[in-house]
Amino acid sequence: MSKRLSTGGRLIDRDTSLRFTFNGTHLRGHQGDTLASALMANGRTLMGRSFKYHRPRGVVTSGAEEPNALFGLGKGDRFEPNQRATTAELFDGATTETQNHWPSLETDVGAVNASLSRFLPAGFYYKTFLWPRSFWKHVYEPFIRRSAGLGKAPDKDARDPDDYEHFHIHTDVLIVGGGVAGLAAAKSASATGAEVLLVEQTSHWGGRAPVDGAEIDGMPADAWIEKTVAELEAMENVRLRTRVMGSGIYDHGYALAYERIADHAPEGGRPRHRLWRIRARRIVTATGAIERPIAFAGNDLPGIMLASAVRDYVVNHAVAPGDRTVVVCNNDDAYRTALVLDDAGLKVAAVVDARPQGGGTLARTVKDRGIRVLQGKAIAKAKGTKTGVTAVGICEFTGTGDVTETIACDCVAMSGGWSPVVHLWSHAGGKLTWDETEAQFRPDPDRAPRNEDGEAMVHAVGAANGHFGTAEGLADAWDAGARAGGGTASGAAPAAAARDEAAMMPVWLMPANAKIGLRRKAWLDFQNDVKVSDVALAAQEGFTSVEHTKRYTTLGMATDQGKLSNINGLAILAQALDQEIPAVGTTTFRPPYTPISLAAIAGEARGDLFQPVRRTPMHQWHEDNGAVFEPVGHWRRPYCFRRDGERTEEAVRREIDRTRHGLGMLDASTLGKIIVKGPDAGRFVDMLYTNMMSSLKVGACRYGLMCSENGFLMDDGVVARLSDDTFLCHTTTGGAERIHAHMEEWLQTEWWDWQVWTANVTEQWAQVAVVGPHARKVLEKLGGIDVSKEALPFMRWTEGTLAGLPARIFRISFSGELSFEVGVPANRGRALWDALLEAGEEFGITPYGTEALHVMRAEKGFIMIGDETDGTVIPQDLGLHWAISKKKEDYIGKRAQARSHMADPDRWQLVGLETTDGSVLDDGAYAIADGTNANGQRNTQGRVTSTYHSPTLGRGIAMGLVLHGTDRMGEEIDFTAEGGATRRARIVSPVFYDPEGERQNV
Amino acid sequence: MLILTCPYCGTAADETELHPGGEAHVVRAGPEADEDTFEAYLFQRANPRGVHFERWRHSHGCGKWFHAARDTLTMQVHGTYPAQVTEPPQDILDAIEEARAR
Repeated sequence: MSKRLSTGGRLIDRDTSLRFTFNGTHLRGHQGDTLASALMANGRTLMGRSFKYHRPRGVVTSGAEEPNALFGLGKGDRFEPNQRATTAELFDGATTETQNHWPSLETDVGAVNASLSRFLPAGFYYKTFLWPRSFWKHVYEPFIRRSAGLGKAPDKDARDPDDYEHFHIHTDVLIVGGGVAGLAAAKSASATGAEVLLVEQTSHWGGRAPVDGAEIDGMPADAWIEKTVAELEAMENVRLRTRVMGSGIYDHGYALAYERIADHAPEGGRPRHRLWRIRARRIVTATGAIERPIAFAGNDLPGIMLASAVRDYVVNHAVAPGDRTVVVCNNDDAYRTALVLDDAGLKVAAVVDARPQGGGTLARTVKDRGIRVLQGKAIAKAKGTKTGVTAVGICEFTGTGDVTETIACDCVAMSGGWSPVVHLWSHAGGKLTWDETEAQFRPDPDRAPRNEDGEAMVHAVGAANGHFGTAEGLADAWDAGARAGGGTASGAAPAAAARDEAAMMPVWLMPANAKIGLRRKAWLDFQNDVKVSDVALAAQEGFTSVEHTKRYTTLGMATDQGKLSNINGLAILAQALDQEIPAVGTTTFRPPYTPISLAAIAGEARGDLFQPVRRTPMHQWHEDNGAVFEPVGHWRRPYCFRRDGERTEEAVRREIDRTRHGLGMLDASTLGKIIVKGPDAGRFVDMLYTNMMSSLKVGACRYGLMCSENGFLMDDGVVARLSDDTFLCHTTTGGAERIHAHMEEWLQTEWWDWQVWTANVTEQWAQVAVVGPHARKVLEKLGGIDVSKEALPFMRWTEGTLAGLPARIFRISFSGELSFEVGVPANRGRALWDALLEAGEEFGITPYGTEALHVMRAEKGFIMIGDETDGTVIPQDLGLHWAISKKKEDYIGKRAQARSHMADPDRWQLVGLETTDGSVLDDGAYAIADGTNANGQRNTQGRVTSTYHSPTLGRGIAMGLVLHGTDRMGEEIDFTAEGGATRRARIVSPVFYDPEGERQNV
Repeated sequence: MLILTCPYCGTAADETELHPGGEAHVVRAGPEADEDTFEAYLFQRANPRGVHFERWRHSHGCGKWFHAARDTLTMQVHGTYPAQVTEPPQDILDAIEEARAR
């Protein structure tokens, strides 16, 4: 049974006592414990249930690679599922619960899956649940979703109360990993004078060196680390940060790091997580290595752990994972675990070494202490209960698994060798090379990720570069750190003893020729329950690419992303395919290195700060007067203004009625306004618009269409000529920035010798449309500008002082009524709005919103960009031939509109649609044609683009694109409607109201 | 996440400041173009494994369009230059040659 030792524990503070709860039970631990070490100190080895078979599981590792010990942490609004117990620092009051079991961790009904495991092999879901089809949705999927899976999502009503932030920083050198290699690299890099940022994912410096008993520069590792950190802290050009994980490396020295500021100390008023967005000239990855488990039958029982993790818990936390341990290995390093256990007074029942010739110096030391060492042997199978392993059966390594001896134990420390953490190196395109000696993929320095200057951007150092000896790793880091800093190493690297270890022997399955019954119990991926037999089956069924095998078996697809399982899995695949491991290759490493919180990615962009909101100068009045807002681009525009007790549609109806029969006003400030100025301005607007603009007289306005180079209609609006060399181009509300960019692109990249300047002045002007039979009267009452029919005819503009405000008045109409658009400097917008309200009171002036605007324009058959257009519609489709110049030699989109498909007479054409019963057609409804297409869908002959109830006409009106529409006036066709019904409509002119235009020409 | 130096304002601009514009030095085909020429102009773009001459706009900076010679494989940037040219300038071509020779 696991327990706390009475002495030792370099990271814990025995003077502290922290309370925490585990599935509701109150337990205690020390400052410096992780959740995993604290649970083991309390004798808890069962920490969860596996994903698929619900097998009992305990902790396997002591770090970020942990596949099993995943917990729900926190309560209520702060609840977070799938947190690794090995990286969660214990704090007073922590609340934790285990996952994926019912009704309890100890008694889990889902464990029945384990006895069915022979019938649940790789690809089982794909094979079994295909038929009958309807069962998938209603029977299989709900069952799988309930029985498989990890933590529960937080409650849907929970709201994360914590803050998160982004942090931007530039540095010369980023060093990821604060082990001894990272510290050495930081020293030599900073000595060149470079700015250095060193980040370490845990809360302490030094990595594994102190646990492994290294001596550096003649002192114990702990002392050297303390001294080096102090020296680095004293340097002005060095920043040191713990609890910051290097998450991903991207092009040109961009890196993301994930800081867990307050996970271990919640509610302290600090942000919980911080995302570092780093630009580094050079990056050093000192990310260490991860030990590999060994695949043998029953290797997933609680109490079976990585050898390095076993000694981590003993040395760092004074926690004994068991009383009686069997070490199983293929390398010398694992013997260190035997020595650490022996030092702590714990029994090592045996060291089972797969190598027939055994180990070197370390092995001899172990033997000298009287510890039993078995050479050329293997574990055939581990036996145990749900609380953990109880014994292992020993066999010949080269055999099939016939047990010759059984050794009782409650802990197994396994080591299959080490894999460098090459993730960050690979993120930005660094390539790997296969190292036969250590049976590992390590970074290939000749194929490093490159920077914009063509030089290597990332240097991998130390164990992350495949150097497992302390001296070799330090020398590598010392040299690379200086190069990253832009210099050469000055002085000697920190000194340590050279590596003295016998060669390891690759072991991918134990025993080497294990029979099928054992392979079915030999786990590769603990978190996703993938076994040796599953990978072999995938290969047998033709999933021979490592990427296919991964997806078929789900090997390496869990939250740990195969940190423990990938190398073992692809070695098994290589064996099954009878190929070399490098020929099989690895799957792709992608950021983040370990999962990071979505909240950290969002940073401050939540709630009110999610995105910027643009408000017009009159916005406050709208808010105070019942406006129902709708987003238009980043703008917020009033959809309508509801008066007391009114429903939205009633408000829209009133606004239209009052405007058509009295006086309405619209905040049109959001309309795009772009100045085009210069000697070649006329030539330029002729290229931008489909019609002739250069012939426009000063003082006049003209409606224009703008197309993209592929001919499609992209924007429309009224152009006013302000002077000989100046045009004011109005765009749609959402189009101002896009159209301004479009103009600049053509001016800068195609016609750069034309003398034209553009300026987007949208926000410099507030604009109000004054609309309705009384429009002229109210402006005359305000006084200052002659707006008579003679002085300001339709499609003209003038400027002057209106009610004491400098103003431009455009006599243009989007409603079909007598209409003036009054523009004033933005800071006078509210004054104009208030003056109009006051002067218009006697005429019943009625502010209206965008919906009334839309209905009134539809009554007049005016198109709306985004309704009648969708990026595939050309002006000719919309019957806008009158706005397309035939005289001009060229305009943007002209050539494209001559392509055969654009000139096809079968293109759908814009028409008006009137339902025969006066009802309103559904938005986007299709016009049905006879027959069906190849997919058995009904053929179509058109679709609705705009549809409204017209209060003016008292009936439903619509516009739509219909096959040969303009030739079919008066014909009735059927449209789809909700619930499979159809609705009949007559094809009519799109101008429903005042087709002669008499109302606006008064 | 690229860094490209804007040749107008000199800023080493982060990709988030920039707007991509695809292949550079595409010659516009006007109304007189035949179908094949126009199709090539409108749709057919180079997608090289190696040096790509491409357009970028410093949209959240000085607003200027410029060109970059960037290796799509190694991410090496051989240089940036103003958009008001019809072909890459000699110093950019020299830089590419020099990098190839290494």
